Amino acid sequence: MPQLGFVLQWVVKALAVVLAITILNFFLIRLAPGDPAVVMAGEAGAADQQFLDQVRRDFGLDQPLAVQLATYVKNVLTLDLGQSFRTGRPVADMIFERLPATLLLTGTAYVFALIVGPLLGAIAAMRPRSVFDSLLMVVALVFYATPIFWVGLLLILVFSVQLGWLPPFGMQSMIPVKGALAGTLDVIRHLILPAVTLGLFYIAVYVRLTRASMLETATLDYVKTARAKGLPEWRVATAHILRTALIPIITFAGLQAGHLVGGAIVVETVFAWPGIGRLAFDALFQRDYNLLLGVFLISALMVVFFNMVTDIVLRIADPRIAGRA
Amino acid sequence: MNPRVVAEPLVAIENLTVRLPEGGDRLKAVDGIDLDIAPGRILCVVGESGSGKSMTAHAIMGLVPKPLVSSGTIRFDGENLIGLAAEKHRAIRGRRIGMIFQEPMAALNPVMRVGRQIEEVFRFHGVPGPYDERVVKLLDAMGLPEPELLRQAFPFSLSGGQRQRVMIAMALALDPELLIADEPTTALDVTTQKQILALLKRAQAERGMGIVLITHDFGVVAEIGDEVAVMQHGRIVERGTVAEVLGNPSHDYTRTLLAAVPKLAKRPAVDKTGGEPLLSAKGVTKTYSSRTGLFGPRRTVEAVRDAGFSLARGQTLGIVGESGSGKSTLARIIVRLLTADAGDVRLAGVERNLLDLGSRDLAPLRRRVQMVFQDPFASLNPRRTVFEIVAQGLLAHGMSRADARRRVAELLELVALDPASALRYPNAFSGGQRQRIGIARALALEPDVIVADEPVSALDVSIQARVLDLLADLQRRLSLGMLFITHDLRVAAQVCDHVAVMQRGRIVEMGPSADVLFRPTQDYTKLLIDSIPGRGAFAAPEAGPTAN
Repeated sequence: MPQLGFVLQWVVKALAVVLAITILNFFLIRLAPGDPAVVMAGEAGAADQQFLDQVRRDFGLDQPLAVQLATYVKNVLTLDLGQSFRTGRPVADMIFERLPATLLLTGTAYVFALIVGPLLGAIAAMRPRSVFDSLLMVVALVFYATPIFWVGLLLILVFSVQLGWLPPFGMQSMIPVKGALAGTLDVIRHLILPAVTLGLFYIAVYVRLTRASMLETATLDYVKTARAKGLPEWRVATAHILRTALIPIITFAGLQAGHLVGGAIVVETVFAWPGIGRLAFDALFQRDYNLLLGVFLISALMVVFFNMVTDIVLRIADPRIAGRA
Repeated sequence: MNPRVVAEPLVAIENLTVRLPEGGDRLKAVDGIDLDIAPGRILCVVGESGSGKSMTAHAIMGLVPKPLVSSGTIRFDGENLIGLAAEKHRAIRGRRIGMIFQEPMAALNPVMRVGRQIEEVFRFHGVPGPYDERVVKLLDAMGLPEPELLRQAFPFSLSGGQRQRVMIAMALALDPELLIADEPTTALDVTTQKQILALLKRAQAERGMGIVLITHDFGVVAEIGDEVAVMQHGRIVERGTVAEVLGNPSHDYTRTLLAAVPKLAKRPAVDKTGGEPLLSAKGVTKTYSSRTGLFGPRRTVEAVRDAGFSLARGQTLGIVGESGSGKSTLARIIVRLLTADAGDVRLAGVERNLLDLGSRDLAPLRRRVQMVFQDPFASLNPRRTVFEIVAQGLLAHGMSRADARRRVAELLELVALDPASALRYPNAFSGGQRQRIGIARALALEPDVIVADEPVSALDVSIQARVLDLLADLQRRLSLGMLFITHDLRVAAQVCDHVAVMQRGRIVEMGPSADVLFRPTQDYTKLLIDSIPGRGAFAAPEAGPTAN
């Protein structure tokens, strides 16, 4: 089975990549200026040498770098991401507490964009230079060019402050609502604005990409063949133009999926969304090495995983890839 | 006896005018033509690219943007196809009028299985399913091997000839009354061309349909046509039966086109200047590992096997063969664009085997062997001016810009282009002109050897003749050695002193052109010669002077 061999090969490669990233991150983070012991001592108000030594000993920071690395890699391989320097809690717990919120936000925005973007792009491509097309291209460019935080703030201003339709921040209401259904609806209400903010940016990219790809595909000979066969125009557009034009979009969507964890820091900040982006942001300022490394590792795993998914989807979407391998 | 008077025409075109999109070289692509297409006959529409022949075909199919068709009628079965409602025209396309195109590589959807693409024709013309059996039968009728398997294949695993057969199957699926074939064999090898033409002729006879065959090659016309219409600048300049037009052309343009058809003619023998060969090769071998056949296992293919030749200064060695025979691979090995597995290539004045040299030792030698490529559109960077393209090698070898400018002007003059065109971009030039730019680029570094890989096969016959003349002239004046790769034996006969015939990676026959092309000893060479289109009609006088 060539397919099985392909997957197996991929898994081995993926593991190697993740290991390499883990080691690289470990060194990169220590290259950055700033000493976690000093930060912690400063916050504790006890900046004497004895306290610093104590902190370093507790977290193993007094060991030689090679020993620190070996310990870390060994722990990661046993799925132990260590303790947070600041809170002392297991890093894995802290990440998995926050991960669902981030995935909910980015996943919603992503799926929303993946449906709406190519659809609008395809409609625009079928009537190039029409009023709809021109308008859409301008709007897409505006959303692509405007900073995300600005779009977020404007949406808050309009839909929360002026109209009062949607909550401006957070993932749940301050006063807990009763019942599972009401709770879900509450989260959805909170989700709409940040997801739309993030989604608008993604959509802008997909609209432009789909339109360009379809217009290029439409000039190819086999589209002429499809017309010469007497196929209805909708069939030509879907089965022959869009079908092939989607291939670069799949590639792009796969790349983007890998950044679902790390791609929402700005939106999470604007909307005070309790996600992983905020966690990483804070960990960076506090030199919380273990927590940072944990977040990096999860990001790397996501990227590697979605790369594999993309490769598989592409092999299905474009048989030439498997055929020419 | 003019047959078109006898039968009611299948399609009657009257005063058809199609405008060109803005920015074209003239206002009208098709300029008020009248043309009757008889049922059950093969009408060849002949002309150079841009003569309006494809546009006419597209107008019949309703594939021209509506605003461009400015006047005229196309009558088919009592209805005027111009101004016909889109949905009505669609119902005719594919069902009553089928069409096939030039590039079988590009004309099939690369991500849809072949069977599904044929199925679509049935499905969207209201034929009830299931379709599997019909598709298999159709593929079988097109002479395709293992139609059951092939139905499931994607186009990329088929050869060019197989793809064209699939295209024909698709066009004939619903037994149309008219088939329009737009340069159906131009992109194919001579042997495949012969098979496809035979297939078209047989299908026409069996089904009694009319065929409009668009071509720029009178060889094809002689091979298959019943009637001819010659087009130039959007007008029909001559019309008649094949015998009339070929035997007694009345229009000057027709005569020019006929004269341009390359003929399998003997060249006057060149005196063999002895001495050291300029370029020689021995035992060149290159193996590729790839998946072959439809679902075959990984297999190694010997692209070039133990090939050797010798080329003298001022001589042209033709390497002929079908696609996949290894001729391009051999050429690319010689210029070191590909790495061979084994072999010994010697260039006069160089002590060592060219194939063993590292990139540092090779760099100063590269200028001595230069290449001209097949596709004049893909081989020139569209974002660079002609000056930048031609001067690139000069500048890379350290010439000053001012000197390079002078040299480029000289070179452009040498290839009969206006030196002022140095500042323009490739898109301002026609295919023939672009190929001249490619030749100027190859000559810029004053090479000893030119390797020309199918330099004229993407060009119209009339332009082919001019580019071939140019190459022959330059070779004589500059005393170049030329390796000339072609699949067209007629072209080889015109320019080559010696010919090597390649088949499946091996050189099967080699010798002076007069021997190989006129007294072939190998069956394969005989087959290639036999496949030349319109051989009977264009038989050249034995050992006559070449038309230079």
